[in-house]
Amino acid sequence: MTYTAHLEYVLRLGDSALILGQRLSEWCGHAPVLEEELALANVALDLIGQSRLLLTHAGRLEAARRDEDQLAFLRPDHQYRNLTLVELPNGDFGRTVLRNFLFTAFQRPVWEALVSSCDTELAAIAEKSLKETRYHLRHSAEWVVRLGDGTDESHARMQSALDYLWPYTTEFFTEDAVDDQVAAAALGVAWPELQPAWEASVHPVLTEAALAIPARTAFRSRGKAGGHSEHLGHLLAEMQHLQRACPGAQW
Amino acid sequence: MDRKEWPLWEVFIRSRNGLDHKHCGSVHAPDAGMALQSARDVYTRRQEGVSIWVVRADQIHASDPDAKPEMFDPAEDKIYRHPTFYKLPDEVDHM
Repeated sequence: MTYTAHLEYVLRLGDSALILGQRLSEWCGHAPVLEEELALANVALDLIGQSRLLLTHAGRLEAARRDEDQLAFLRPDHQYRNLTLVELPNGDFGRTVLRNFLFTAFQRPVWEALVSSCDTELAAIAEKSLKETRYHLRHSAEWVVRLGDGTDESHARMQSALDYLWPYTTEFFTEDAVDDQVAAAALGVAWPELQPAWEASVHPVLTEAALAIPARTAFRSRGKAGGHSEHLGHLLAEMQHLQRACPGAQW
Repeated sequence: MDRKEWPLWEVFIRSRNGLDHKHCGSVHAPDAGMALQSARDVYTRRQEGVSIWVVRADQIHASDPDAKPEMFDPAEDKIYRHPTFYKLPDEVDHM
């Protein structure tokens, strides 16, 4: 299946929000305290809300005109276009909030740029999502600082989480044809252009958290092009189980 | 092991149309900043408020419930402390 660049771009945003929302939902009933249980569930629901709007929009852009449920529950992993970072397992609470921080610090400049997209539907979704993302960013940054600059134990866990997650953030900014075409049509911003804004919000928080920022390596994940880690298949198997077992089921 | 629990914070929310912050519950949090965020996540999920105060529970000084008789009962028979006790002249009525 070939997607147009416009559709690919919207799927990257929608799929990333959906998969992280699904990952965060795994914390239900397992968060360290009740307050964070609710906070993580709130973030998860915001992300799934964003993905519903984006996937509904994506469905209108494709020839098959699938709806949000068909896109979410009936695509195999190689048709998913999310960033690899969001499909990685949660790990401990520290790694979960650090991943939220790294990803929402990326979402923010994306929404800020898309507010002026010539795709008015996408611009409206960006405007709504921006407020949610600003809160997610604030919440996760507060935790990153407190855990990074906390006890020896919490610091060691956060540094190891950063070392694990950091290589996957390179993918946010790798250049490709989709970005170029979308930017040329004024439909969206090319993601590589967002790297300075992302670093300007991420680096000070990591420094305040007393975390050492890892060096960039040649490692490239390629989830946004459909090349996923082994983790996405397991996540989808659980998320899609009901629609696969009882196609078209509603309740 | 010494379990260090987070302190308790009392949460006060001002609703959209309200003028005053009203007590609505409490959260555990390591500091004031996190307490505000937790209060937002726990108590304003359904648009309950537009402003939040949090106060450390151990900073609130409460009256002694056992002292209720001498604290509050003496006001019971002082009806002249209510403005309605006084009959106003007709010229200034509807004040």
